[in-house]
Amino acid sequence: MSPNLRIATRFLTARKRAMLMSLSCIVLGVGLFVVTQATTSGVEQFFIRTILGTNGAIRIEDKIQDTIRSMAASGREGGSNFRIAMRSEGKKYIEGIEEPKLVADALRRFSNVAGVSEVLRGSVVIRSPAKTDAVQVFGIILDNHLRVSDLEHQIVQGSLDDFRHSPSGALLGREMADRLQLDVGDSFVLDTLGESRRYRVSALYETGVSDIDRVRVYLNMGEARSLLKRPTGASFLQVNIFNKDRAPQDAAQIEATLQYSAASWQEREKVWLEVFRALRYSTAITVSVFTLIAGLAMFNTLAMIVMEKTKEIAILRSMGYTRQDISRIFLWQAAVVLMIGTVAGWIVGAAVTYGISNIPIRIRGIFTADTSIVNWSIWHYVAATTISILMVMAASLIPARRAARLEPGDVIRGTAQ
Amino acid sequence: MPGVERKSSGLPASDAGLPPGASSSPRSSAEPRAPVAPEANQVALRCANIHRFLGTGESRVHVLRGVSFEARRGQVEAVVGPSGCGKSTLLYLLGLLDRQEEGDIWINGRLMSNSSDAERTAARGANIGFVFQFHFLMQEFTSLENVMMPMRKLGRLAEAEMHDRATQLLTAVGLGDKTHRLGTQLSGGEQQRVAIARALANAPAIILADEPTGNLDQRNSGIVFDLLTHLAKENGQAVILVTHNPEIANRCDAVRPMRDGLFV
Repeated sequence: MSPNLRIATRFLTARKRAMLMSLSCIVLGVGLFVVTQATTSGVEQFFIRTILGTNGAIRIEDKIQDTIRSMAASGREGGSNFRIAMRSEGKKYIEGIEEPKLVADALRRFSNVAGVSEVLRGSVVIRSPAKTDAVQVFGIILDNHLRVSDLEHQIVQGSLDDFRHSPSGALLGREMADRLQLDVGDSFVLDTLGESRRYRVSALYETGVSDIDRVRVYLNMGEARSLLKRPTGASFLQVNIFNKDRAPQDAAQIEATLQYSAASWQEREKVWLEVFRALRYSTAITVSVFTLIAGLAMFNTLAMIVMEKTKEIAILRSMGYTRQDISRIFLWQAAVVLMIGTVAGWIVGAAVTYGISNIPIRIRGIFTADTSIVNWSIWHYVAATTISILMVMAASLIPARRAARLEPGDVIRGTAQ
Repeated sequence: MPGVERKSSGLPASDAGLPPGASSSPRSSAEPRAPVAPEANQVALRCANIHRFLGTGESRVHVLRGVSFEARRGQVEAVVGPSGCGKSTLLYLLGLLDRQEEGDIWINGRLMSNSSDAERTAARGANIGFVFQFHFLMQEFTSLENVMMPMRKLGRLAEAEMHDRATQLLTAVGLGDKTHRLGTQLSGGEQQRVAIARALANAPAIILADEPTGNLDQRNSGIVFDLLTHLAKENGQAVILVTHNPEIANRCDAVRPMRDGLFV
């Protein structure tokens, strides 16, 4: 142990209560920071998993067509030489995918693409013995769709096999089924374009996203084409990719290459993601107040110790301790409290996070969860530690420098200010 | 040199080891040092033409008015005089705890007047031991740890060697059985003895003592003074002692009376 650290640890005991106050604030600051980040980012991560599992990482929709092209001509030396510059000045979107298989094949050549599923979408009216409602039919090729979604894991009742092997089978969201009072095996009618067809509930799914579970009816692609009278084409392609974070870049590349509009999950869910981000930052800032208080408490404690220990500082200087040594003695005190407080804060944060993750709480609407959702990430601990180091050490610098500036001669003469 | 009442010095009383002219005018640190006379090796500390002002504005006081002084190894010098005559101020300047406005100070022949704070601090740690009136022990540390503190900073000895030396020093001052007592668990006289052991820890060439017995009763004053002078003489250290106590002063090798910032 260095002489400075040895002295620092003894000085710490000089103001135990004040040091305990600083320590408590650091523990609270670090612990609460970890907990709030774990819960807010937990909700965010779960939401992202849900939207990736339902709508995929990238959605390819609508063909892009340049609408205006201009031609610029410039003469040279008054002669007739000219050059042509063509520039896209506008875009027109042609709804849907005309050749979904060709586009899907092209998409599969992208290295980051893990799966592609064509989806045919159409509005219909659903009728059950209890209620009539407007819903949307999603025609899918089940095996393809399972590669781009978590539908398999979202089934809460019934079986996908029944859906796969039964042309009249349908997958209904649980919320919709509850509203229409339908159960697995019950039949219902879909009306569209003046035609009515009867289907049977093969299974119920629950994504937890209310907007999906309330309106989406999955049919096998052949049946959907027949019902919606669209023998070819698709409404959109749902794409799954290996690296979800690269979705914006991949979407841009797809759009440029295939001339179809491609929306990444980050773009589609921008509003929600911004809400989560704002929530995360605001909780971080709020909780950092505890760390700020810890810093102020540390400043106050060290300032008091400096005032109380001026003679000890002078005697240390007379023994050959440099100004840097004196400064370090006080910074060490802050560092020791900081280290203990941070480690204790980690433990408290982890314990509370674990406790919260086991609290039963039913969440429906933006996702489905039956317990509080937390996200375990080392970066929450790193961020909490960084903030506490910055605040506490910055607050400690002033008293440490003041201690270092004390003139031993002045102190011993009794004229120290 | 004015006002020196030297009793049993084996060395010439004046100018021994002092560079020519050093006693009358300040010297630049860049100026090469003059050849040192053989007896100069006996001079642990010297100062020349020291001036020091304290306070600011109208309350500014010319405390030291061109003091010149030297201290030899194995000698105990007493600086006496009325309160406010500049004794302690001179001591702090000699101990490099303060800076003079004018004049030079040599520690072991090395000019320290214009040296940096780091050099002065290093010189204090290696060459100077302090004993103050109010002993200033670190109350959170045991007497052993207090004595080891300067050794730890200097870092010349291994931990076990520091421990042994501190124990020896505490035994020498009669506190061998109280090495693990905190400062708060010692009497005033005992604390001052620990302070003496601490001052001797790094075997400095110079011991500066500011009223070391000023806060002690007569019996303890005698014990502390005897210890200080005995150990210093044994180790060949120069002791400069500021005191108001005429009995203590009379037992020193030389007495230097001061008045109004000058030796008289």
